[in-house]
Amino acid sequence: MSVFITRRILQSLVVVFVMSLLVFFGVNIVGDPVDMLINPEADQEDIEAAIRALGLDRPIHEQYWYFLVNALKGDLGKSFIFAEPALKLILQRMPATLELAFAAMFLAVVIGIPLGVFAGLRPHSKVSKTIMAGSILGFSLPTFWVGLMFIMIFAVMLGWLPSTGRGETTSLLGIQVSFLTLDGLSHLLLPALNLALFKMSLVIRLARAGTREVALQDYIKFARAKGLSPSRVVLVHVMKNILIPVVTVLGLELGGVIAFAVVTETVFAWPGMGKLLIDSIQLLDRPVVVAYLMITVLMFIVINLVVDILYSILDPRVRLKDVKS
Amino acid sequence: MSRDGRETRYEPADACASAAGAAAVTRPAGDTLIVEDLQTWFFTKAGVVKAVNGVSFGISKGEVMGLVGESGSGKSVTGFSVLGIVDPPGEIVGGSIRFQGRELVGLDEIAMRQIRGSRIAMIFQDPMMTLNPVLRIDTQMIEAIRAHARVSRAAAYARAREVLLKVGIASPDERLKAYPHQFSGGMRQRVAIAIALLNEPDLIIADEPTTALDVTIQAQILYEAQKLCRETGTALIWITHDLTVVAGLADRICVMYAGRDVEQGDVDAVLDHPMHPYTFGLIGSVPSRNRRGRPLHQIPGMTPSLLNLPPGCAFRARCDRASDECHREPPVLEYGCDRRARCFHPHFEGPS
Repeated sequence: MSVFITRRILQSLVVVFVMSLLVFFGVNIVGDPVDMLINPEADQEDIEAAIRALGLDRPIHEQYWYFLVNALKGDLGKSFIFAEPALKLILQRMPATLELAFAAMFLAVVIGIPLGVFAGLRPHSKVSKTIMAGSILGFSLPTFWVGLMFIMIFAVMLGWLPSTGRGETTSLLGIQVSFLTLDGLSHLLLPALNLALFKMSLVIRLARAGTREVALQDYIKFARAKGLSPSRVVLVHVMKNILIPVVTVLGLELGGVIAFAVVTETVFAWPGMGKLLIDSIQLLDRPVVVAYLMITVLMFIVINLVVDILYSILDPRVRLKDVKS
Repeated sequence: MSRDGRETRYEPADACASAAGAAAVTRPAGDTLIVEDLQTWFFTKAGVVKAVNGVSFGISKGEVMGLVGESGSGKSVTGFSVLGIVDPPGEIVGGSIRFQGRELVGLDEIAMRQIRGSRIAMIFQDPMMTLNPVLRIDTQMIEAIRAHARVSRAAAYARAREVLLKVGIASPDERLKAYPHQFSGGMRQRVAIAIALLNEPDLIIADEPTTALDVTIQAQILYEAQKLCRETGTALIWITHDLTVVAGLADRICVMYAGRDVEQGDVDAVLDHPMHPYTFGLIGSVPSRNRRGRPLHQIPGMTPSLLNLPPGCAFRARCDRASDECHREPPVLEYGCDRRARCFHPHFEGPS
């Protein structure tokens, strides 16, 4: 196991380095932030002073070297706009996004898996067909539209739930979270459900496909032949087998949910990282965009590693291969 | 086909002895399980597949019955029917299964579950597929005990350990902590057999349990199965297509063809003097009976499709003794010691 983890970490370092090259050069050849930042009436001297101050007068490889050296020290540059460290800006908003993402994943799993398993066990029942039709809707309806519909129905027409912001937050281990207060929870519900809908459909489909396959296996029939109760057969024998693909896919999707919660955050004015990214792209705030992308890369790498470890806990056959390697 | 040592062990059942030579006794006998006119049909989109269509047999305590027939003859479905684990679209549509005098057809699921794995256990054909790959052996054994008895985990563990030793698995503690993929095929089948034995069942249905194993492992498992029945009085239904195995193991034999029992009786009587032309052909096809250098004997034709099977004898198209009569339902002929055959034109002499 430790051999496996060490190897994965070394591979990850290479990935981070290559990504830093791509991200830095990619972002730095687009547009000219100076135009956005400087008063149009400023004279040439002021403009050049500003360019020097931002370090943009240097050749790009020098800028990259400077970025890399600082990045190793944990400094991903300063925002052009806010004149604050980009990392700090992002980390400030990260708890909001993480909370939203985890809430969405939680909903996707606790609603998706039971529905999927049910649809897999009784593929021909009316309820199962309804579930599957619903999952197609979840896949195909655009997130922003569903978000707007949620706001219209639950916030405007019914007036049950608020439509913007995080609501009242409390401090949990020094991080501001919404889900511990009733008000915060009511603010969290709609955006989380909105973000969860697509993943939930995915989980339903994965769980159903897995269940249909596993239910036909001899070991399920053998489990029934042992006289086990149906709940034991489904909850232990079927479930543990279908969790393998579900965990893999969800793990990979988690990164996506965190990184690209942009749409939902915009619709529900959720003060998270996604909204910061959109604003930074519009203002050509290069350091923030680069820092955001680097954090995203790191996050994907960590999540993949965790998924691999989880996978080996769920599937003993994977564990054995690791020991040998 | 060596049959050494078998004769000394065989004792005809009491009911059988009294019926010998007397007029036909139409009901199958046995104090453990009596299956009568069982019909298990599969309602598919293409039509009704009558996988089991009128099977009767009985089995007594400590008896080993070989249930033989080719693939698709309904042997496995018969086994699943007895346990009540026929998967949809399959359904038991008729007949009766009486286990220790209790009717199992139509028994509610909860009562059936108490019998399953406890009084009647089953061993499946493919040992690579019968154990759940993601659960440890101890989990799979302990749950089988605790599904039927209120015992502590420790007691269940001790019982699992004891049974593993009994089926010849060395260092059971280490093995209990292992996962199925760490075992060979033969070892897995031993574990599956151990699971079947955990609750000391009165009847074990073994569905071709040695087909996927090599010959030496097969011999060991056959030996242990026989020993078990002699020692504990467990009745055993051994489903197979291997006549050699049946000859060495079983007391009685029931031959199935296209969802029917075509012939049954004492294993020696049936193998030495087959009555039904199908049994006759089967025995003639055993390679060791053929002369060296000559093409092997075989039964011409193919097993008929069970979908929309026409009435009458299903074997008639492949039978060299068939006549117009065979388009009707063949009669059940009974001869002495619960020897039965469904045929208009039975053989009375053994195969040459």
